[in-house]
Amino acid sequence: MSVLFAFLHALALLLAVVTLAAFLTWVERRVLGFWQDRLGPNRVGWQGILQVAADMIKIFFKQDWIPGFADKPTFIAAPIIVLASVLLAFAVIPFGNGVDIVGALNVGLLFFLGMTSLSVYGVVLAGWSSRSKFSLLGGMRAAAQMISYEVFMGIAVIGVVMQAGSFNLEKIVAAQTHIWFIVPQFFGFLAFFIAGIAEAHRLPFDLPEGENELGAGFHTEYSSMKFGMFFVGEYAGIVLLSALSVALYFGGGHGPIFPPIIWFALKSSFFVIFLILLRAALPRPRYDQLMSYGWKLMFPLAIGNLAVTGGVMIALGQ
Amino acid sequence: MNYPVLEVASNATRATMSVEQTVDGIETFWVHPSDIIQELTKNKLDGQNGYPILLDLTALDERSRIGFRHCMRRDFTVVYHLLRPSDGRQRRFKVPLSFDRLVIPTASNLWPNANWYEREIWDMFGIEFAGHPNMTRILMPESWIGHPLRKDHYCRATEKPRYTLPDRVALDEQISLRDLPTRRALFDAGDADPETMVINLGPNHPSLHGVLRLVVKLKGELIVDIIPEIGFHHRGAEKIAERQSWHSFIPYTDRIDYVAGVMNNFPYVMGVERLAGIDVPQRAQIIRIMLAEFFRIISHLVFFGTMVQDVGQLSPVFYAFIDREKALEVIEAICGFRMHPAWFRIGGVAADLPTGWDDLVRAFLNYLPGRLAEYEKMVMQNRIFKARTIGIGDVSATEAQEWGITGPCLRATGINFDYRKSAPYSGYDLFEFDVPIANRSDCYNRVRLRLDEIRESLRIIRQCVDNMPTGPVRAAHPLATPMPRAAMLRDIDSLIPHFLNVSWGAVVPAGEVSVTIEATKGLNTYYLVSDGATVPYRTRIRTPSFAHLQTIPLMSRGTYLADLIAIIGSIDFVMADVDR
Repeated sequence: MSVLFAFLHALALLLAVVTLAAFLTWVERRVLGFWQDRLGPNRVGWQGILQVAADMIKIFFKQDWIPGFADKPTFIAAPIIVLASVLLAFAVIPFGNGVDIVGALNVGLLFFLGMTSLSVYGVVLAGWSSRSKFSLLGGMRAAAQMISYEVFMGIAVIGVVMQAGSFNLEKIVAAQTHIWFIVPQFFGFLAFFIAGIAEAHRLPFDLPEGENELGAGFHTEYSSMKFGMFFVGEYAGIVLLSALSVALYFGGGHGPIFPPIIWFALKSSFFVIFLILLRAALPRPRYDQLMSYGWKLMFPLAIGNLAVTGGVMIALGQ
Repeated sequence: MNYPVLEVASNATRATMSVEQTVDGIETFWVHPSDIIQELTKNKLDGQNGYPILLDLTALDERSRIGFRHCMRRDFTVVYHLLRPSDGRQRRFKVPLSFDRLVIPTASNLWPNANWYEREIWDMFGIEFAGHPNMTRILMPESWIGHPLRKDHYCRATEKPRYTLPDRVALDEQISLRDLPTRRALFDAGDADPETMVINLGPNHPSLHGVLRLVVKLKGELIVDIIPEIGFHHRGAEKIAERQSWHSFIPYTDRIDYVAGVMNNFPYVMGVERLAGIDVPQRAQIIRIMLAEFFRIISHLVFFGTMVQDVGQLSPVFYAFIDREKALEVIEAICGFRMHPAWFRIGGVAADLPTGWDDLVRAFLNYLPGRLAEYEKMVMQNRIFKARTIGIGDVSATEAQEWGITGPCLRATGINFDYRKSAPYSGYDLFEFDVPIANRSDCYNRVRLRLDEIRESLRIIRQCVDNMPTGPVRAAHPLATPMPRAAMLRDIDSLIPHFLNVSWGAVVPAGEVSVTIEATKGLNTYYLVSDGATVPYRTRIRTPSFAHLQTIPLMSRGTYLADLIAIIGSIDFVMADVDR
């Protein structure tokens, strides 16, 4: 019985995340429209809220075309890997109020890092298996960008792990009862968040897509719901990054009056909107600039943060 | 019409050079084909008195031209227009060619931009340039039969057998497109290197600003070489001109550089007016300047928005287009049309300004500066934008002149050359404005200069509003305005011009004229040849985009693929302006 319940629980959360991600596509377009002095989708339903449904219908009924020159099994597997790895990572997010599935997993943070590493494969394989030059360039960029940014993402979160003394995300949240980790781990947060944007390949770090030079980058050849999976995967990635930032640095569900889940949602929404604002505001750096920024600035920053955290902890005798 | 012919002995060569007087007063020399390169070299390298820019290179099929006598005239004429930026003076060289020997030495060793012009002449007239590195068609497809601008080539599809495209021919066309990089000798650089990859951008690509094809050879993401392929937007505007009356070609000019509307009318109508000897009333001239500056602002706003979008900043394009919309509303109120008003007419403008126009214009003048200040903050001071554009796509002042670059791209190198200042036309000398220059022509400065030019245009428009003269808006010339009805009913001298104008259209006296203006993107020249008929004998349209597009390989070799997009954006071209 409990197995069935756990299964239903997971399924419900999965559906919720996917719906939320799809819904975000509408939110992003409306909010971007607001910032860009235009309307955005406002025709389907109240304020265009049913645009998501219309898009879904459209995308499901589009011809699902696999290019003749593509490597078929890999081509099909790539979007599945992307979406599955992002969705699986949600298992360890400590939403609070019993909503989370395994928020108390003792290797929670490692599990998250593992899943984001896996999603790189999806992107790279998509670029490679399309056998299109634009996709290949996108895949190459993705491989270089996401793998390098992953390195210091990992290093940046170690600061939190040291302070909380655990990889368990619930314990990390619990450790922030008195002070959010954003205060002692400010530079760690910067490194983590920037790396997170690169992992989610959102503007300004959307070089794997780089629509101005590469068409649509790694998913140029994808159509119909295979494209939809990349799309939903990207937005689920935004939610994931926001949720994890909240859990690691902004006290998770801690907050007065409202139950933790509400606080968690509110804080996450802030980051989601912030990510959309970034897209409205910033141009895209060049590929080599992005790499040197990562290795020459963010990497030392993450290492320095780690060293200082360690030094201070030893000095305080913790 | 009589052409005084003057024989002068050239000091340098044994052959005679001959002078021709033209209506536009540009010094014109006829030179024998074997001497032309020597003559051009001499003129190019003549120090202070030299003409360092090859402004235009075109040809003329003389075979059916009536009433033109010159001792050196043959079947075809190749025409070189040289330009000196220090004072805006031009010089014209004409080379006669007989039909049985259509060969002339290439000038592409002297001016690299002659390369495309010579290919265009080969394509359009079948004149061969000996020693040209790549004598292939440029605008028409490889499989085209005939040379379209020859007078014996048909004008309309109805004058030829029905066009069919059998599968086999279609397949051949496809294959010829695919083989392009390997077939052309230009692409040798790095050919043996197994790490290079050829990637095809366009003709359908989000960032190429129209139907342009770039075949790019990449090593990783570094660009080894590029072949730009143009002609996808070719509509034969110059050939169409030979079938339109002088008046009815005006709307076609609007669509040459389609974001700059009446700016294209300007050189054309000025050319016709000079041929016909029409004096334009001052009010019409000032109205023209005002609208031209409006379109300069619009064109620069489109440039700015799309350029910034090309480096990945998504929002400014919407802001710029909103500003453009405000300007278009003013234009619509004045012209009744937005993008292509065809508002300039021979001898004036189509109608007088509407009541209340000045309030509309003033409102716009007060609105835009605030927005420009925002762009300054949002884009020009943005560090990522700076990192993407500063030092990218550098061109030196010498290179710029060698390649025939004009307009803001030339001024960014530090050369203070604006045709409105150096050879003022239509009353620009009455205005007070500055010419923004920079000291380095990279992507950033090219954007910077255009924003500054918008401010200068606003200044000019403000002076127009404050000092708009009164008076007629069309010249009282029979070719410009129909005769007053009372006069027409009374005497035959008024009735005949009226009848001719209404039934045939204007009959413009024989002669030739070349009029250059400072268009939004660089120098735009119309070279009009009339043989005294109701249609132009030849209309040559020299566009800045054509010259600028040719420099893409020069600017982008050795840069990254993403830089290429920034460079393309910063050049500011319109494909219709390139292909015509």
